[in-house]
Amino acid sequence: MSVQYAPAPPLAILFELTHRCPLQCPYCSNPLELDQVRDELSTDEWRRVIGEAARLGVLQVHFSGGEPTVRRDLVDLIAHARQSGLYSNLITSGVAIDRTRFADLVAAGLDHAQLSFQDSRADSAERIGNYAGAQAKKLAFAGWVRELGLPLTVNIIVNRHNIERIDDMIDLAVGLNAARVEIAHVQYYGWALKNRAALMPTLADLQQATVRVEEARERLRGRIVIDYVVPDYYARVPKACMGGWGRQFLNVTPSGRVLPCHAAETISELSFDSVRDKSLAAIWATSSAFEKFRGTDWMPEPCQSCAQREVDWGGCRCQALAIAGAAGATDPACALSPMHGEMRALAEAASNLPSPPFLYRRRTTAAVAAS
Amino acid sequence: MSETALAVDSMPRLAPGVRLHFDETRQAWMLLAPERVLMLDETSLDIVQRCDGATQVTALIDGLAQAYSADRAEIDGDVRSLLSGLIEKRVLQI
Repeated sequence: MSVQYAPAPPLAILFELTHRCPLQCPYCSNPLELDQVRDELSTDEWRRVIGEAARLGVLQVHFSGGEPTVRRDLVDLIAHARQSGLYSNLITSGVAIDRTRFADLVAAGLDHAQLSFQDSRADSAERIGNYAGAQAKKLAFAGWVRELGLPLTVNIIVNRHNIERIDDMIDLAVGLNAARVEIAHVQYYGWALKNRAALMPTLADLQQATVRVEEARERLRGRIVIDYVVPDYYARVPKACMGGWGRQFLNVTPSGRVLPCHAAETISELSFDSVRDKSLAAIWATSSAFEKFRGTDWMPEPCQSCAQREVDWGGCRCQALAIAGAAGATDPACALSPMHGEMRALAEAASNLPSPPFLYRRRTTAAVAAS
Repeated sequence: MSETALAVDSMPRLAPGVRLHFDETRQAWMLLAPERVLMLDETSLDIVQRCDGATQVTALIDGLAQAYSADRAEIDGDVRSLLSGLIEKRVLQI
């Protein structure tokens, strides 16, 4: 006999509308095996999922990708989100949309835009994204967001090639009149794990960057909100990844698989349900992938008896797998993990060597041939 | 925490991209903002609803003191620090 307790409803959902993207950033959060266009959910399927999300208690929907603006039905999906009472956020590179079409998204009810920058310096930014001319397009896009009255968040992924310009990148966001800037160090799964040696900053550079961010936060208080994510490889305590596995957040892939976090497919022992087969509510409540690491029962020691267990919720499962070799292990970002020293050593070794070339995020030859 | 000086004649209002929303699932009023969801209790809802961009902070606090039959001096600090915090988070603007 068993009793099923329904989990509290999720707050936010991220839709990877497509894995197509004009940029090829080497730290892309999409999986190594990208979904094919022909497998993407249809407009009607996305509309149904939006309605299910709202009824489940989701409050915010993030339209992401890939590059979400390459989906021709984006206006329709944003309108549907607004009609369903959801707050909608566009997570974009800003290079694949013109002003007219963006105005259509705003008219449809878009609430907020988050624009990525690869660097403050155009040549470096365009080398990281492998897309010439990207920077000018991004700057223009930022202007449209403000002209049309939406709040703008600038997102910057910090790595060894841009870390010395942390002040310039914050100034860029201030100059664009952004309400928020997210400064996040690379998270090493999937593409970024393959490119770890090409991306990892040294500890000294990281510490310097952290000081600069803290100074900027004081200096710019009331003008811009600065959210800063430190890299796990140099951390001492783990982060509450996604606010805890299966606690607040769902991620839907282009073909409809529902994940507790965008990188969860790196854990090959998990199986994921699809919105093509089940309702979002059923998946949230009963999907084995969500149940696996939800709450605290799954935790090993020293996590199980740790006072922080409902603060960090055990950190990141994908990282535990990548570094410690088991998804159920203590997150090696935690100083109490037996693998903690090894993780730090991996970072220091990689960062002290010259950067190898990027392995850009793109479809494999086999996948291109098949599409 | 900083005690941001909040001018008595400033007139706070919701910042762009911030919406007040009644959440049927949780039966609660929410402020929906970029990357943020704030659940409001009855009092904070009342305060936020008075932030209409036309009411000065002084008048806003007067109104609250009257509505709750509260000692104005007693609620003054609490209301100001709530408003300052929301302004700093870019949920309200002046």
